[in-house]
Amino acid sequence: MKKETAKKESTRTGIGRYEVRLAGKGGQGMILAGRILAEAVALYDGRNAVQTQDYGPEARGGASKSEVIISDGEIYYPKVMNADLLVCMSQEASDRYYYDLKRDGLLIIDSTNVERSPTTRVVAVPITELAVKATGREITAAMVALGLICGLTKIVSEEALEKAIRSLVPKGTEELNVKAMQAGLEEAKRLLEAGLPVALPQEL
Amino acid sequence: MRTAFLQGNEACAYGALAAGCRFFAGYPITPSTTIAETMARELPKVGGVFIQMEDEIASLAAVLGASVGGLKAMTATSGPGFSLMQEHIGYAVMAEIPCVIVDVQRLGPSTGQPTSPSQGDVMQARWGTHGDHPIIALSPTSVRECFDLTVTAFNLSEKYRTPVILLMDAVVGHMREKVILPAPEELEIIDRARPNVPPEWYFPYEETASDVPPMANFGDGFRYHITGLMHDRAGFPTQRLDEINAWLTRIFRKIDAHVDDIAITEAINVEHARTLVIAYGCTARAAKEAIYMCRRHRVGLLVLKTLWPFPKDQVLLAAHEAQRVVVPEMNMGQIALEVERLVGRSKVRRVRRADGEMITPQEIRAAIEYKE
Repeated sequence: MKKETAKKESTRTGIGRYEVRLAGKGGQGMILAGRILAEAVALYDGRNAVQTQDYGPEARGGASKSEVIISDGEIYYPKVMNADLLVCMSQEASDRYYYDLKRDGLLIIDSTNVERSPTTRVVAVPITELAVKATGREITAAMVALGLICGLTKIVSEEALEKAIRSLVPKGTEELNVKAMQAGLEEAKRLLEAGLPVALPQEL
Repeated sequence: MRTAFLQGNEACAYGALAAGCRFFAGYPITPSTTIAETMARELPKVGGVFIQMEDEIASLAAVLGASVGGLKAMTATSGPGFSLMQEHIGYAVMAEIPCVIVDVQRLGPSTGQPTSPSQGDVMQARWGTHGDHPIIALSPTSVRECFDLTVTAFNLSEKYRTPVILLMDAVVGHMREKVILPAPEELEIIDRARPNVPPEWYFPYEETASDVPPMANFGDGFRYHITGLMHDRAGFPTQRLDEINAWLTRIFRKIDAHVDDIAITEAINVEHARTLVIAYGCTARAAKEAIYMCRRHRVGLLVLKTLWPFPKDQVLLAAHEAQRVVVPEMNMGQIALEVERLVGRSKVRRVRRADGEMITPQEIRAAIEYKE
């Protein structure tokens, strides 16, 4: 009995709070992706979002992650406590962060880079491969991942995401990046039609 | 009013510009570099000057020169650079030169962990420079507060002719949030008092009713001498005890007598709180989450936006019914020392973490609910 009340309390502040962690290696665009997602939600979808980032001192190759908290209310703690959505672009990220995922959270891995998935309840998509196919550039994998997130979870609207991408990617690469995002959206549509191994929450 | 999605560091730079800062000298260091980058981009647009100096010692020296010349000036750094600036902070206190020094705290000591947050420089801000002296240090918890408290930092530095330290941390500095920035006319901007006497009557360190002598721009024809030595009202070195004592008591009095004006805190549910959490900087956000997790425990939260001078009265008032005071901070216990001094050691539970990760709401909650 006592245990139950405790559990209720612990989730009370979690109401309407959606926690996203994007993890990979430095140079994969995880921090830019987090920034785009947060800005799309906060400025164009009119909700509240906070984005934080963690990275090593290296410019490329070190572990890198970006976290986005989305809510309709105020956001106090700016970091992930239990992720609702975890996107892993490297084996290391997947090994390290899987344990912070909620029991009913959604795990997306880039199967181009992650060989061993920590669980079978996973959406494994060759994100980098799709990026190369769509744009010829590995670096656009982050945009494919964003398209995938948008298509699968609806935490961000397509229009908002596209606007944020156009305003934040380097000038002259807008079309390329939007193309990559669309590749992600298409993949999400294909996956939803085929049926996911994970049940998605109905709404935030 | 302007809605934007900004980093804490960017908001700090915009706050400085709004406060009237027209000079920035600095040396890039993670996690403060985006402040310098923003200033380098924005200052020339408003006729200001940005200089990248050869190191942090020179950076603060340039800032002090610019301020004495009449401009509002700022520098930004992190732990290792803040260590190098300590000598000139003392010089600014001694010569009563207004300026703002931003320290975006990262894990130390030494080079430490450049990209990880910390709150380890709290005591360094207080006592890093040698000699007994007062200091003002502020600490923001959100992107909007990075803007607001930078404006406040400039206002306080101008009002009291003193260096003001803005203690940010890598979380708040690198975090992005939606902010609605106030329009310029909504802000209260304070400029230093200027002399209204003929240049030949002017004494740069004269005793005044406010304890803050008016400040002429160096080079405007006013007689002016500046030194790091103990000085008389004209600014020349002195060994006379009456002059040294008068100076020392005045620079303490000008801050101590105005703690009410300087000490900014935010109190949440502190009336009748049996447990009080006292937090600052990014840790205050975890604390806020934690007190809403354990609402039935009659838990209050006091967020310190001003760290120095320590908001003694606010802490005593908020803690007067509390059986337990929880002090989470990302160091091994620095502000906890001050709190223990005021409310008694037995009441205080420290939540310490100095490994470069944020303290979680669960860790604070555990301290709130801990059964002795």
